[in-house]
Amino acid sequence: MAGLALRGITKAFGTVPVLAHLDLDIADGEFLTLVGPSGCGKSTLLRIIAGLEPQTTGSVSIGEVPVDHLRPHERKVAMVFQNYALYPHMTVFDNIALPLMMTRLNLLERLPLLRWLSTRRREVTRGIASDVRAVAEQLRIEKYFDRRPGQLSGGQRQRVALGRAMVRHPDVFLMDEPLSNLDAKLRVHMRSELAELHSRLGVTMIYVTHDQVEAMTMSDRLAVMDQGRILQLGTPEEVYERPASVMVAQFIGSPAINLLAATTNANGQVELNGHTLPVRLSQNAGAPVTVGIRPESVRVEAEPGDIEIRCKFRRRENLGAESILHFVLVGAQASPVLCKVTHDRGSLVKPVNEDSTLAFALKDCHFFDSEGHRIATNNVELRAVGDSRTRASR
Amino acid sequence: MRTLATPLNAKRQKWVESLAGVGFSTPAFILLLLTNLAPLVALALLSVTNYELGAIDFSFIGLKNLNTAMSDPVIRRSLTNTFLYVAIVVPGGVLLSLLVAILVHRRTRTRGFYEVIYFLPVTSTLIAMATMWQFLLHPNLGPINAFLKYAGVGEVAFLSDPRLVIPTLAAIGIWQLIGFNMVLFLAGLSAIPRELYEAADVDGASNPIDRFFRVTWPLLGPTTMFVIVTTFITAFKVFDTIAVMTRGGPMGSSEVLLYAVYLEGFQYFHLSYAATLTLIFLAFTLAFSIAQTFILDRRVHY
Repeated sequence: MAGLALRGITKAFGTVPVLAHLDLDIADGEFLTLVGPSGCGKSTLLRIIAGLEPQTTGSVSIGEVPVDHLRPHERKVAMVFQNYALYPHMTVFDNIALPLMMTRLNLLERLPLLRWLSTRRREVTRGIASDVRAVAEQLRIEKYFDRRPGQLSGGQRQRVALGRAMVRHPDVFLMDEPLSNLDAKLRVHMRSELAELHSRLGVTMIYVTHDQVEAMTMSDRLAVMDQGRILQLGTPEEVYERPASVMVAQFIGSPAINLLAATTNANGQVELNGHTLPVRLSQNAGAPVTVGIRPESVRVEAEPGDIEIRCKFRRRENLGAESILHFVLVGAQASPVLCKVTHDRGSLVKPVNEDSTLAFALKDCHFFDSEGHRIATNNVELRAVGDSRTRASR
Repeated sequence: MRTLATPLNAKRQKWVESLAGVGFSTPAFILLLLTNLAPLVALALLSVTNYELGAIDFSFIGLKNLNTAMSDPVIRRSLTNTFLYVAIVVPGGVLLSLLVAILVHRRTRTRGFYEVIYFLPVTSTLIAMATMWQFLLHPNLGPINAFLKYAGVGEVAFLSDPRLVIPTLAAIGIWQLIGFNMVLFLAGLSAIPRELYEAADVDGASNPIDRFFRVTWPLLGPTTMFVIVTTFITAFKVFDTIAVMTRGGPMGSSEVLLYAVYLEGFQYFHLSYAATLTLIFLAFTLAFSIAQTFILDRRVHY
């Protein structure tokens, strides 16, 4: 059991920078997810932690001990690879047993033929077998012991890969998109199984994914990465409710957040497509502002205190329990606006291009400056006004 | 629901399908018949006669040729020589080329250079190369002997010492095979996913010996088997170096099976006897192929 600390990690492949000076602390027993679009450097960071890739500068410590000079297996980390990387010529049993064979038998005892010279070999292999069995029982794979990876389904292979990682009782588990090769249904199942495994083992896990749902559902904290930087580090709630930048806001949440271009007027109020929002930002007059509203915060029927904007209805996507309604703004800026509503029969079916209004609460709006950074909430001054609706739609 | 095919249609469909199957396989079968099976039958028929090239008539003599061959000391000696040659060339040609392939595989800039160097013997004509080897190994003129004399080992008669001639020819055979086998092994090595080595690294199998025995060697199994089979067949067919360099000498100590076939058939015109020897040759290759299919094949695939 150990926490992990990264200090000033940079990585460049030749002249191409991949990671730009990362600092990250991971607590003992924490489930941390590195999430970001492909090519953001999250896998490279994981491989640096594992020791498979040397960092250009910076230092990795596990349990407060620097491990930069250690080979992967000496770091007491275990890794689950995207394609599982099971040894195709070995049975499930041998795959799981391999890490133990490597640590408990010496080189001579592992060599073909020569190994029969060892007197303690039988005893050691018996110990390994019982340990492998214990892990396999936890993962319910002991009935596949004699099969080769090629004879297993994706989910079973996944479990074998987990078993091979667990059997050494590592300090840190590293997972590189372990669910991306599974079908949608199995992915949902394995997600909860992994989360359950984490709470049972209580071990530090670092999990890499490009799937924001995995990041949101499983992690204690998540680090949203892009272009070799950590854009935001926080609990799933923090990242969802207070995205630090446009990029984070776009990445987390499905369907993606609505982003509407706006400007500030002379009073610092936000002008959105002809509507003036009852809010004052600490921005210069005329500064461009991006307003982000999550589709699940947009309402078809206004509630008291809501801001209303005029739209045209375009189409509806039926997801069963809920629907996603597509609108476009009416006015100078004809941006699409998505609205996610739980089902209520019939009333949502509108003729295409019908004029309608959408409503949202000011507290659900996220404001970002021209560089995409969040304009902090303490800069947002909610106006104490009686009837914001009339003002907004003026 | 209506069935799509009535019984009559189904029958017709089946007939058309089987006709198409026969139609597609017939050209290949005819080709096989003309080029492989018919000559084989002719060979077998020839071997039970006493036909000689140019003879006007011949008679059926049963297995007499086979009996003669079994008790012929020349044939026995050439069989022993062939086996000795194969016994040196197969392990040497396979293991050395594996070693070369592993050494060359991780080179980045120089890989192409080494590939060309090792592959050159494969592309060159063996007759020309044999002449070159004859010069290199010459007791008085050759640079190899010059070096050995300089080093104090003394003169070694590589091609005229009966005990050394087969190992020397085998060494030349290995030299000629390494490039080809290396290319096959390189292809096999490139097919091993890098992730497996990384997994081995994380699992503690990180020193070169463990990496080789845990990952590289088992995953090269299918390639190795193919290389063993082709090397075996090439070695068993050894003929050209012997025909050019030693003509079976000295005193028949480098006579091999195929060279004996050549002598009987094309020098002494004992066609029926040569046919019998060819059948013996065939029997060994067949036995090896069967052994390979039933024993090796099952162990190398995963």
